Amino acid sequence: MANRSVVPFGPQHPVLPEPIHLDLVMEDETVIEAVPSIGYVHRGLESLVKKKDFNEMVYVTERICGICSFMHGMGYCSAVEKIMNVEVPRRADYLRTIWSEMSRLHSHLLWLGLLADAFGFEALFMQSWRLREKILDMFEISTGGRVIFSVNKIGGVLKDMPKDMLKSFVAILNDMEKELSETTSVFLNEYTVRSRLEGVGIITKEDAIRRGAVGPMMRASGIEVDMRKTGYAAYSDLDFEVITSDKCDSLARCQVRIGELFQSIAIIRQAVDKIPEGEISVPVKGNPDGECFMRLEQPRGEAFYYVRANGTKFLDRMRVRTPTFANIPAMLQTLQGAQFADVPLLILTIDPCISCTER
Amino acid sequence: MAQFMSFTKTVLKNLISKPATTSYPEVPKEYPQRTRGHVEISIEDCILCGLCMRSCPPGAIHVDREAKKWSIARFDCIQCGYCVEKCPKKCLSIVPGYTKPDSSKHTETIKKEEALPK
Repeated sequence: MANRSVVPFGPQHPVLPEPIHLDLVMEDETVIEAVPSIGYVHRGLESLVKKKDFNEMVYVTERICGICSFMHGMGYCSAVEKIMNVEVPRRADYLRTIWSEMSRLHSHLLWLGLLADAFGFEALFMQSWRLREKILDMFEISTGGRVIFSVNKIGGVLKDMPKDMLKSFVAILNDMEKELSETTSVFLNEYTVRSRLEGVGIITKEDAIRRGAVGPMMRASGIEVDMRKTGYAAYSDLDFEVITSDKCDSLARCQVRIGELFQSIAIIRQAVDKIPEGEISVPVKGNPDGECFMRLEQPRGEAFYYVRANGTKFLDRMRVRTPTFANIPAMLQTLQGAQFADVPLLILTIDPCISCTER
Repeated sequence: MAQFMSFTKTVLKNLISKPATTSYPEVPKEYPQRTRGHVEISIEDCILCGLCMRSCPPGAIHVDREAKKWSIARFDCIQCGYCVEKCPKKCLSIVPGYTKPDSSKHTETIKKEEALPK
């Protein structure tokens, strides 16, 4: 047996925008085992429910993460609405769906950029983020914020998107689609990119189930699971297929996310066609009493919200299980037997969001 | 062929097109109408009810009914717009334009003048 050595990876590492630490047990250049430790950016947001009333909590949950901030706010609001039996106007549901899909677009483009950066293709990284900039501008036009949108409230949404704004967004997305297919074809076809992704970080269908992976990680292993198919918000009215791949490697995860980029544009187009007129929010009276959970599909996978209320304006408990937390065991599995040079790439293929994980 | 030189087309296009960035601050940024920059108050309409103070998630707003003063800690404000939503007289608004950086945290106080007797 060769000599084993332990190489610390992180919490500060060029490939990680956020801190996570891994102890890599190495045998020469091969990783035998990876031992994670998380908790560097724990902020205790969940326990803030005891200090902020349930309406203020919307703004706290939005700040769990800077990428899927909209969906965090939406998950929390939907959970409280479910407890209070509030029927959200259909237009608000559609607006939420459009913003969710825009979030997915910007999150996946961010990930593609980071992936390109991880295998050292700087120009491709810039290209992906240039495309993403257009989505952020659209967010600023429609919500007033580029990262934190503050448009969710319990009972609906705060801001409406008029017809001409929606039309201009669809026009921007139609133009973007062409540029997008040019950029993404580099990821899927270029020899240098494929040589880094193909056959690397394989997680089989059985392993993905056993390790409880979620989102694109699960779908890239050939398992059709997508919370959008449960029909929350306006997804029940929209027609889309779950994108899967059965290659199980890093390229498959890239393919699934690229497929979802185009799918998101198609969903936004459908939603803009079908959006009904009407109110965007309903007044909510009283305090929530009871408990419920809510599952929704974030760009990184399934997020789970649990809320327990006691009839006062302060909630008893709020719990969020974020997709990255669920994907860490799967990531550790892919690291076993990997080459040391592939470690940054393999960590990135789960699309880690550490602030989400640690809340 | 798609396997090689697939990025060349993008590179050539970028070579002849204008840059995607602007040279801020020489070229000022134009903000959309809805940009949440900072909170403004039209103090004449304010009734000093204090709802904004009680609703503010980070506790940046302070209302003093006795001294007839409305104050906001600009560095604590998170521009969420909850006070604007809660205000019964709709005298608060959130407008584009970010507040200036500073070397120390400070609070901005606005005093409500007495209405002149008719």
